[in-house]
Amino acid sequence: MLSQALQFFFSGLTSGAIYALAAIGFTIIYNSSGVINFAQGEFIMVGGVVAVMLTDAGVPLPLAIAIAVAVAGIVGLLLEKLAIEPAGNAEVVTLIIITIGASIFIQGVVQVVFGKGQRALPPFTGDKPILFGSASLLPQSLWMIGTGALIVLMLAWFFGRTRLGKAVLATAHNRLAAQLVGINTRHVLAVSFVLSALVGGVAGVVSAPITLTSYDTGIMVGLKGFVAATLGGLGSGAGAVVGGLILGLMEALVAGYVSSAYKDAVPFVLIILILFFMPRGLFGERVTERV
Amino acid sequence: MLKHWVRMAAVAALATAFGAQAQAPIKIGTVLSITGPAAFLGDPEIKTLQLYIEKINAAGGVLGRKIELYSFDDGSDANRANSFTKRLIEEDKVDIIVGGTTTGSTMAMVPLVEKAEIPFISLAGAVVIIEPTKKWVFKTPHTDRMAAEKVYEDMKKRGFSKIGLLAENSGFGQSGKKESHAVAAKYGIQIVADEMYGPKDADVTTQLTKIRNTPGVQAILVFGFGQGPAVVTKNYGQLSLKLPLYQSHGVASAEYIKLSGKAAEGVRLPAAALLVADVLPKTDPQKPVVVGYSKAYRDRFKSEVSTFGGHAYDGLMIAVEAIKRAKSTDKAKVRDAIEQTKGFIGTGGVVNMSAKDHMGLDLSAFRMLEIRNGGWTLAK
Repeated sequence: MLSQALQFFFSGLTSGAIYALAAIGFTIIYNSSGVINFAQGEFIMVGGVVAVMLTDAGVPLPLAIAIAVAVAGIVGLLLEKLAIEPAGNAEVVTLIIITIGASIFIQGVVQVVFGKGQRALPPFTGDKPILFGSASLLPQSLWMIGTGALIVLMLAWFFGRTRLGKAVLATAHNRLAAQLVGINTRHVLAVSFVLSALVGGVAGVVSAPITLTSYDTGIMVGLKGFVAATLGGLGSGAGAVVGGLILGLMEALVAGYVSSAYKDAVPFVLIILILFFMPRGLFGERVTERV
Repeated sequence: MLKHWVRMAAVAALATAFGAQAQAPIKIGTVLSITGPAAFLGDPEIKTLQLYIEKINAAGGVLGRKIELYSFDDGSDANRANSFTKRLIEEDKVDIIVGGTTTGSTMAMVPLVEKAEIPFISLAGAVVIIEPTKKWVFKTPHTDRMAAEKVYEDMKKRGFSKIGLLAENSGFGQSGKKESHAVAAKYGIQIVADEMYGPKDADVTTQLTKIRNTPGVQAILVFGFGQGPAVVTKNYGQLSLKLPLYQSHGVASAEYIKLSGKAAEGVRLPAAALLVADVLPKTDPQKPVVVGYSKAYRDRFKSEVSTFGGHAYDGLMIAVEAIKRAKSTDKAKVRDAIEQTKGFIGTGGVVNMSAKDHMGLDLSAFRMLEIRNGGWTLAK
């Protein structure tokens, strides 16, 4: 009985880690522009797909990972330069719609370049499960959790301690004021897209051995990541991680103790409840807007 | 002199006109899901149709007439399948339709072909296409019910009677689940655990643990296709489950073995002979057909064959044979000829159609395969 509960927990932890990694990306762009980037799932997919293509072509895994993350970053930069920036001072809603279009476009390109099949990336440190009684956890799950924690710490440092990070936050708070004190606000948006694309790329690479990867992996991961980010409070890095883990654990527990038929309803029921009762999520700042 | 020339020219023109009419091409229409989620089915199908129509035309065509293919891509959207079918019937005026990648698309096409009275050979799986029997509709692939029966047959032989079912919450998985329940009693099988998973789930150890902890369970049957079953298999390996694992025909592709890795070792599944073309015994009646098709497909497209392309091959060949027997493209005659197909050996099995059975396959069409050393073998 105990080992069964433990296995449910591990299962939730594994899915939760993937959602958490996806959720972190959402918070960066949201922080700097208020835009919810629906192409975030595609950054994750691009990271995974490029890493698989390179390892299949014989490139050693560490190099393949580095290139894959860089490619995801470039995709983020192109997205900002070619689609977001030309929209100028368009409203946030318009920008969000642009990201949806971009996500469909990226999927199309990957379909042509990579093909329509699914492939798997080899796990970083073998696939021998770690046993706890009869419950087991894959080492790759630990990689995901560790990477997630590391990214959150690095982002906290970036936004809290560096000049560029503070510039990003300042722009988010008040674009005009930021411009007046000499911050290049256009530059800031590009930085945030590249950064979240890099985070997405990393997420894609660490989760690819478990989720497998194909041109359409980004859709579901992106959606669950968005729910996780909202649950944690949009804009909060730690909230994103906690939100992701809670979502994964709830799914596993519902599947385990209620019925696996209801599992996929969990995120959607959750998002309704959050928006209803605590629209700022678990860790969202309580902001009072002056009217 | 001039008059003579004019008369000559008129005669010549008339002759060409008549000649052209006698040589008018046979129009085969198709609507396939070449893009979209079902693209991995539609892609080999369209390639197969193009390849074989080219071959037939190079060999002189059918009844001395060339075949012309009118193809449309429905993008895995049933609504578009419907409008393209309308176009095939009304504008292109095709003689026969071979296509309909998914059950959804096929069912959207059925009312149109029934109304227009055009013979239609579908390439989709579900039982509903041919049950109840529709006058103008036929299909080539096996059904999910047959897959469930084939698996149960094997389980019974190995002495299993209590099983856990793990079905995908996709159309394919849910239809398979329904059929698995429907035919279980017939084979004395009891489904003691009934679980579900999503096609994009990253981890299903929860469901597998529940099945493992169900008292009396002797084997697991997974119904799904694409990457889901591969994740299930990997998790099965992670938990080092001892229960024998069965998959459906939905995973019958080399990709599945590659994605699942070592965990796929020992997994059993029902599949068409096409997949094991190389290991079939020489005496097998399907051997020449499946070897021939695999070679032709591989030589041209440099990629592995899938059963889906095989369905298209069977559909096209049944149509061509029927046109030959009907000695015309008269729609009613061709329809009757298709219904009278007997002993046709395709990639999917030996087809014996009748007025009641518009698929014509029996359980012998499926082979029980076991994965050994990263490849397919015939299960003993």
